[in-house]
Amino acid sequence: MSRKPYIREISKTRWFLRQPRYMRYMAREVTCIFIFAYTFLLIVALARLSQGPDAFQEFLNALRSPLGVLFNLAVLIAAVYHSMSWFNVTPQAMPIQQGEEFVPGSIIVGAHYGAWAVISLIILFLGV
Amino acid sequence: MSEERQIQLEVLRYNPETDSQPRFQTYTVPCVNEWVVLDALNYVKENLDPTLSYRWSCHMAVCGSCGYMINGEPKLGCKAFIHEYGDHIRVEPLAHFPIERDLVTVVEDFIAKLASVKPYLIPKEDKPISAGEFKQTPAELMKFKQYTLCINCMLCYAACPQYGLVPEFLGPAAISMAHRYNQDSRDGGRDQRQEVVASDEGVWECSFVGACSEVCPKHVDPAGALQQVKVASTIDWYKEHLMPWVKK
Amino acid sequence: MAKSNKPIFWGLFAAGGTVTAFVTPALVLITLFAAMRFSPDLFTYEVLHAFAANWLGKLIIFGVILVSLWHAAHRLRVTVHDFGVRADTLVAYVVYGIAGLGTFVTIVYLLRI
Repeated sequence: MSRKPYIREISKTRWFLRQPRYMRYMAREVTCIFIFAYTFLLIVALARLSQGPDAFQEFLNALRSPLGVLFNLAVLIAAVYHSMSWFNVTPQAMPIQQGEEFVPGSIIVGAHYGAWAVISLIILFLGV
Repeated sequence: MSEERQIQLEVLRYNPETDSQPRFQTYTVPCVNEWVVLDALNYVKENLDPTLSYRWSCHMAVCGSCGYMINGEPKLGCKAFIHEYGDHIRVEPLAHFPIERDLVTVVEDFIAKLASVKPYLIPKEDKPISAGEFKQTPAELMKFKQYTLCINCMLCYAACPQYGLVPEFLGPAAISMAHRYNQDSRDGGRDQRQEVVASDEGVWECSFVGACSEVCPKHVDPAGALQQVKVASTIDWYKEHLMPWVKK
Repeated sequence: MAKSNKPIFWGLFAAGGTVTAFVTPALVLITLFAAMRFSPDLFTYEVLHAFAANWLGKLIIFGVILVSLWHAAHRLRVTVHDFGVRADTLVAYVVYGIAGLGTFVTIVYLLRI
């Protein structure tokens, strides 16, 4: 008997529109563009910092523009989405076995959220 | 009380001898709510259209034969209850696999990949029978027990977009099975499996979409297994290249 | 089959994913507040310069920027592929090149403070 398998083609550019879970995945992946851009904002800040108070003031003035506010807001949303998506999967990537049983995932995720809150408060306390 | 209701079962048909491409055929099936989609398919086969081809065997989520795309989602036909759906149910062969005929897919690729990771115990050293059994504590068993539940139903491959886009990808179930044996205290075959698993087409084609774990009917969590394999393979790499004096 | 060299980048990606998950939202809040002029004491030259002037501060800044860059670069490589671009080697050179450049200038600027 001759075989003639039929192969269904998948769009390489629009595959993620097929399922909501693929869209959530792509949203998570796209956060890296914002993290990338923000890291370069930090590098620019560092460059201006190394050039003295006047140069840094110019940087601050540029930051205090509607565009600067908008950019930071966009990065904030992306960064929080990244954090949550990252912490939510920690039990899968790093399960912890105690005795026979594995520590429940909710405890591992909860510990990460707790640490996130503490670290954020420390950074805000030092920075504000 | 079982309540009967009519559903429109839209099934993908493909006859390699006469068709150049698949088409959909709709059957009107009188169902009771306790039925699963597989029951509806069996009704069609027995009463409406004996030419319909599909795989199934156990009807109890053990054999892993009846995986289909049901309303676009990879599901076992025997676990997809009619009452969870509306009056229109669409059944297609598992995504990402070539279609042999109707709902039957070509699975050679998966079988070859599964075999390539040597999914069996490779003892660390030969041990004569007189030396007794290999002992294992309950804690050691728990390390890999979850992964033994895999029934090779291939729903994870149908859910994995990276497998769909890059067919060379070793894929969720095969790598999870490698992980299952790597995690077994009686096993010493990890180095052999890593040759396949730690290659570009192995675990590194995975980008942790996580869809495999969401559709897995046995809660094997392949996505978790793959991340653990990545972590371990990364530690291997750094040890090998930055600390060559450390013995493996 | 040859073993992949992706672990070099994946290791940095994973480290960066963890670090950015913990610190980036708070950092962005500070720069956002500074951009919105919540207080003149936010993100000031004096405080930042003092922090970057000692070795521990330099090390922290370098660490955060390093892993953030390489995290984002590696994920971007995958994302570009996910959007359908089939030129992985070229993309890898570009994104890792940008991350490498960012790492280099970070060292230069830190040493000037």
